[in-house]
Amino acid sequence: MAEELSKPEPQAVSADLPLLRIDAVVKTFGGFRAVDRLSLDIGAGEFFALLGPSGCGKTTLLRMLAGFETLDEGRILLNGTDIGPVLPHQRPVNMMFQNYALFPHLTVRDNIAFGLRRARMPRSQIDTRVAEMIALVKLEGLETRKPDQLSGGQKQRVALARSLARRPKVLLLDEPLAALDKKLRESTQLELMEVQRRLGMTFIIVTHDQEEAMTVADRIGVMAAGRLEQVATPRELYEAPGSRWIAEFVGDINLFEGQVASREANRLAVSTNAGMLLAAQPRQPITNTIVAVAIRPEKVKLSRRGPMPDPLNAQAVNRLEGVVTDVGYLGGLTTYKLKLDSGAVLRSSMANTARIDIDAYSAGQRVVAWFTPDDCVVLEQ
Amino acid sequence: MSARRIFTGPARLAAIAPYLWMVLFFLVPFGFVLKISLSQTAIAQPPYLPVFDPTQGFEAIKAAFAALSLDNFKLLVSDHLYVLSYLRSLVVAVVSTSILLLIGYPIAYGMARLPQRWQSVAMMLVIVPFWTSFLIRIYAWINILQHDGLLNQILLALHLVSAPVVWLSTDSAMYIGLVYSYLPFMILPLYATLAKMDPSLLEAANDLGASPLRAFWLLTFPLSLPGVGAGVLLCFIPIVGEFVIPDLLAGSHSLMIGQILWLEFFTNKDWPVASAAAVALLILLVPPLLLYDRLQRRQLEGAR
Ligand SMILES: Nc1ncnc2c1ncn2[C@@H]1O[C@H](COP(=O)(O)OP(=O)(O)OP(=O)(O)O)[C@@H](O)[C@H]1O
Ligand SMILES: [Mg+2]
Repeated sequence: MAEELSKPEPQAVSADLPLLRIDAVVKTFGGFRAVDRLSLDIGAGEFFALLGPSGCGKTTLLRMLAGFETLDEGRILLNGTDIGPVLPHQRPVNMMFQNYALFPHLTVRDNIAFGLRRARMPRSQIDTRVAEMIALVKLEGLETRKPDQLSGGQKQRVALARSLARRPKVLLLDEPLAALDKKLRESTQLELMEVQRRLGMTFIIVTHDQEEAMTVADRIGVMAAGRLEQVATPRELYEAPGSRWIAEFVGDINLFEGQVASREANRLAVSTNAGMLLAAQPRQPITNTIVAVAIRPEKVKLSRRGPMPDPLNAQAVNRLEGVVTDVGYLGGLTTYKLKLDSGAVLRSSMANTARIDIDAYSAGQRVVAWFTPDDCVVLEQ
Repeated sequence: MSARRIFTGPARLAAIAPYLWMVLFFLVPFGFVLKISLSQTAIAQPPYLPVFDPTQGFEAIKAAFAALSLDNFKLLVSDHLYVLSYLRSLVVAVVSTSILLLIGYPIAYGMARLPQRWQSVAMMLVIVPFWTSFLIRIYAWINILQHDGLLNQILLALHLVSAPVVWLSTDSAMYIGLVYSYLPFMILPLYATLAKMDPSLLEAANDLGASPLRAFWLLTFPLSLPGVGAGVLLCFIPIVGEFVIPDLLAGSHSLMIGQILWLEFFTNKDWPVASAAAVALLILLVPPLLLYDRLQRRQLEGAR
């Protein structure tokens, strides 16, 4: 009877189902599982990024969504309906190919208009849409060129415009910006986010560039060997990685292996090769005694004398002493590599907030590195 | 300047070798044929006049030049026997090239879509007939097509016909022979272009809403046009001048230009008219060659 009450809601069925539900899909290539029982829900209007090492099955997953690979097991639901039997040319899903796949005999304009013509859009509308797309990817003046008269980055932008032109419900982007220079990549990232938000489309982007994933995506899925290791917001992924592997894969991190020595209410003391470290108790209670303490380099502060005693903040602080062995100046940041007295190596990075930094450390200098227990993440294997 | 330095010594020789070949084995003989085509028949050795003889001095050569005339070409144009045989050659070439394209394209397409290791097997199967002499294969066809040949036996056994069909000395037999003999020349260039086509282009077309059939017409076919051009020319040009197949398989009621050439040269011993027919044939084949050249050049420009 309770069901009867909720029925009048027309979207009731789709409301509790996401736009896209990937349900335990498997793809094997001659016995090798390229995608291995992978499940994922993606909501309407979401910008989702897939991150993972080369060969982990990202392209294969996208190709299954686009309909170019059949599923060996599992289902893909779009708006609640199984799209398994729907042929690629009938799916409301478009894909930007990793190798661009531009039509060599057609001009830039005709490449972009290809999908619109197939959709039987009126000619005048096609013209405006194509012009809009060309402006979006900044290809003005190249409309009548053929693909082999374009640079790599220009080709990539044509491919992007072509896949965007139909405004599909779901757009699959396979490393769409890899061939662009940093400036153009950053501005195109912003354009992509703007288009995605304005048109309410759902984007799934594959990228090798973690910064790019963090910039554009609402959520990031980290893949390894055909499985999703973690799905989280960029901040969560960076600050609370789900495993040692993810912690090392996403960004830079210091990892110290050790044994849990004592547990307090909200704090763990871990005896590591770098000494005793205090870390905040993780949300999931630790069951193992063998753990790793992880600290991001930018959370490791350096000073000549160590942290100022602060009566207001009675919080305990991790304090490690050592010698600077390497200094890397990266413009916005300077990275330091320390050899701790315990023999362990610790990396630290600091923002260069002043043009002339009298506080910079040089190789051979003795320093104190410190960080708070809240800056540490305790990870089990 | 570096380009000039590359072509020194043996490299330079290699660069001019094709031109040397063309001059030696095409232009010089063509010059002879052209000269004979402008001469008159004579019962002499060689069987035409005038003959250039440098030992007779400059005046004699000048006189020989003056004796050259376009009479043979006028004869070719005015005698409907020649005009008809040219027309027949063109019709036969157009018809058989069209059949070849219709049969060859699907075969090449199928080959290009086979799994990689089967493609080389299919390629071998296409080439294998070349291991037997061409003439032997045509004689084999005579055997198959004759009154009590294999084809009629099969047709009778299947009750498709009630009496043996006359195949030999008909145009059907000639077309069978032509299509059979030239099929590899159609398939191989088509296969070469279709096999190197990037399959992700078809996926992209599919992805953008083109059904597989539409994707074929919008992508596969236009992108295979260079192969179509090469295959068509490789078949069309030799078929226009074909002699053996029509002579052995077709009837003698109408002749192709190759047969006329043979007749004039060996039966009538009229070298000048035969030469004129050969020159006219060459002129006839210039337009399609120019067309092919244009196509190729456009393709090269596209591939920049
Ligand atoms: N058609 C195929 N036949 C056999 N194996 C395949 C095929 N396609 C992909 N694979 C294998 O499946 C695995 C996943 O491939 P996929 O292309 O999805 O990787 P990816 O995550 O996109 O990698 P990259 O980041 O390098 O593009 C790889 O090990 C690859 O070798
Ligand atoms: Mg890939």
